[in-house]
Amino acid sequence: MKEKLVLIGNGMAGMRTLEELLKLAPDKYDITVFGEEPYGNYNRIMLSPVLAGEKTINEIMINDLQWYEENNVALHSGKKVTRIDRVKRQVIADDGTVESYDRLLLATGSRPFMLPVPGADLPGVISFRDIKDVDTMLETSRTHKKAVVIGGGLLGLEAANGLMLQGMAVTVVHISETLMNQQLDNAASELMLQELKSKGLNFLMSHATESISGEDRVEKVHFKDGSEIDADLVVMAVGIRPNIELAQSAGIHCERGIVVDDTMQTFDPTIYAVGECVQHRSQTFGLVAPLFEQAKVCANHLAQMGIARYISTVTSTKLKVTGIDLFSAGDFNGDDETEDLVFKDAARHVYKKLVIRDDRLIGVVLYGDTVDGTWYFQLMKDGTAISDIRENMLFGQHHIGDSGHGAANSTDNLPDDAEICGCNGVCKGDITKAISQHNLYTLDEVKAHTKASASCGSCAGLVEQILASTLGSDFNDTPSKKAMCGCTDLSHDEVKTAIKAQELKNIPQLIEALEWKNPDGCHSCRPALNYYMLSSWPREYQDDPQSRFINERVHANIQKDGTYSVVPRIWGGVTNPRELRAIADISEKYKVPTVKITGGQRIDLLGVKKDDLPKMWADLSDAGFVSGHAYGKSLRTVKTCVGSEWCRFGTQDSTGLGIKVEKMTWGSWTPHKFKIAVSGCPRNCAEATIKDIGVVCVDSGYELHVGGNGGIKVRATDFLCKVATEEEAMEYIAAYMQLYREEGHYLERTAPWIERVGLKHVQALVVEDETNRKRLAQRFYESQENAQTDPWAEHAAKYKENYIPIKQVS
Amino acid sequence: MSWTEVGPLADIPNKGSRVLVTKDGDVAVFRTAGDEVFALFDQCPHKAGPLSQGIVYDKRVACPLHNWVIDMESGEATGPDEGCTRTFETKIENGVVFISL
Repeated sequence: MKEKLVLIGNGMAGMRTLEELLKLAPDKYDITVFGEEPYGNYNRIMLSPVLAGEKTINEIMINDLQWYEENNVALHSGKKVTRIDRVKRQVIADDGTVESYDRLLLATGSRPFMLPVPGADLPGVISFRDIKDVDTMLETSRTHKKAVVIGGGLLGLEAANGLMLQGMAVTVVHISETLMNQQLDNAASELMLQELKSKGLNFLMSHATESISGEDRVEKVHFKDGSEIDADLVVMAVGIRPNIELAQSAGIHCERGIVVDDTMQTFDPTIYAVGECVQHRSQTFGLVAPLFEQAKVCANHLAQMGIARYISTVTSTKLKVTGIDLFSAGDFNGDDETEDLVFKDAARHVYKKLVIRDDRLIGVVLYGDTVDGTWYFQLMKDGTAISDIRENMLFGQHHIGDSGHGAANSTDNLPDDAEICGCNGVCKGDITKAISQHNLYTLDEVKAHTKASASCGSCAGLVEQILASTLGSDFNDTPSKKAMCGCTDLSHDEVKTAIKAQELKNIPQLIEALEWKNPDGCHSCRPALNYYMLSSWPREYQDDPQSRFINERVHANIQKDGTYSVVPRIWGGVTNPRELRAIADISEKYKVPTVKITGGQRIDLLGVKKDDLPKMWADLSDAGFVSGHAYGKSLRTVKTCVGSEWCRFGTQDSTGLGIKVEKMTWGSWTPHKFKIAVSGCPRNCAEATIKDIGVVCVDSGYELHVGGNGGIKVRATDFLCKVATEEEAMEYIAAYMQLYREEGHYLERTAPWIERVGLKHVQALVVEDETNRKRLAQRFYESQENAQTDPWAEHAAKYKENYIPIKQVS
Repeated sequence: MSWTEVGPLADIPNKGSRVLVTKDGDVAVFRTAGDEVFALFDQCPHKAGPLSQGIVYDKRVACPLHNWVIDMESGEATGPDEGCTRTFETKIENGVVFISL
């Protein structure tokens, strides 16, 4: 017989837990849900748009009654559970309904805190919490005129704005002089105050409420300073308190909230709790993102998978309040030891403040323009040294050495048919529709449903903006570190550290030791793990071809029709008639449909059938060619210009150096593809300043430039240093490449890697510390000993059967 | 049901696949980590990518062209993607794989 799971609380946290649970273990439990409100589960965050008349109740339903039926979940709506009998394992509702349970999940949420002042119980004094409150406000707005909102926080301002839009004259009463003091500093709060005043809201700042009076219903609000104000409706929005009465009455350990451990279990092992009612490591919760994290963890344990832990992390808050974009994170007020970077343009309603301590960003407030919030938050979490970008960082990521996407970054004004994702042709309207239809909350969900930002990812910021403005006020972009993939909660760095620390020497061992959720991993993590193994244990690790993407498995690039392209290595882009003749002959022999000169100074033979690959490679080998690795997360090419041998401006032998560098670096696997160029003079014909590392020859030596990229987001290189001789240039290149191999996350090009760790860090380890440079270079040479075998010759000789069908049947 | 011999299980790489050429097109024959065998028409329902070339994990394969993930038991695309490719029954007898075409 199935076990019985009872959920008390039909709100967002509890229901999200059920949804996650049904995904993991659809048939494990008979599920019963109790909800006090007479509806299915609705999106409480969206009550503000309902009040403002922008949405209807039906539009904010997450799980309608049909959902409960389809998923075999019994719903007792409109019934309040009044007692939990932990001995008999039963819950009892106010109408006498009794349900027994094997596991109980408490998601009783929070209650609005009502100021304990005289008159707080008068008709017309309400909170702003559920559909009933919204109905009361809408009704009152039709018959009455004056509304007073007590509390100038997020919820209070949303209520005030909604009531104003319904035609009421609204006054907001706030106890301090800073609106939204949880999220804003004084300056931002002042801007907000001015902007809301100009919209028509009235404010009484620094006013403490003493009492509320009236005959049959509320008439006046009185303040401690003796003043008073007329009111037909009073909305209290001074905070929420975890709703713990039921848990307390059942003797479950509570402090401010129901105390849970990292698995969301209460002190009674059969009872779990999630959401605003819980207290986890002394913290209580009010925004939606952490609740969803909790739901995931709790579902994992209810499904008895037992591997997830809830760890609350630094969060950022991204809000849209009454149409104003706000973002804040960390310690945004600062102290005597911090420095502020401040940007203020009152006419455009934009304010930004960055708080810095010891060359690290520790706090952010953004008002009006929150595009760069995610970026600042990332800098904070990563503890990135900011001295290199300090000069321009206030103006946003697009002003830090990249000329790619400076313009269009405000999605609000875009029409629905504006294309957001150029790779997959997804328009703004498709995204907003998917968000509201499928109740999407995170970038990953939008990616999965619409494919927007699922390919090259350059539009991810725009998609997040759309997500924020569609979800409205309580959108909180998922905080915390980025998990490597769905198989684990660990980040790339944590996995890499574990590989070294626990001496994990192959993928199955890692999957077991780090408790991967899928025993085989997935198509996303396996290639990454294979690379980390290879770069951590270059001498021992046995490469796993089944964990490589097809291109690396068959040493050619798959094309849209399932054929492949073949690119032989042409050292430094220098070839000769004999080689060209060989390529021409081989192309004819295998009827290659397209022969194309690549951007990396090589020749691409396109449209080759898989069966022909080994034969073609054997022929190319005979002509002296090796693989060009045009298909790999590896060294691609070293592009050169002709240099001093021919060019009248050339200062050094750039072609010669390019060939030497290519001979040194070919065959090495890297976190992502790696491109090099050598230019013979500062005219830079080899375009060295958009490569992963570029050498620009000058009369007195060699300039080394790093972290460039000509792809999705153009990024010019940073100047690493200048060296005097070719030998030095080679050593620096080896050391730099090795540092990237060791530190880069899989699929992270050098450009984002350098932005993440900082140029200073790279300079310190490669330029300033000679011993370390030599060690890095040494490790690179060592790993190259096993890497420089031509895979084409090897596969043509040994693995032909991998390229042919197992059998042909008629 | 008539069975056609495909070849020895050992000729299919673990967590990999081989192609069986038939007069109606290619069929991808997969071998999972647990040595189960599945067969799918070798075309992704999305843009006809050769599923035989994808990364295999659990009972799934990720298409090499755009990473659609296909369930090998049902032939259905997983997640929010929608589409289905033909499946074929297979069996293993004495280490030899057979398929019902």
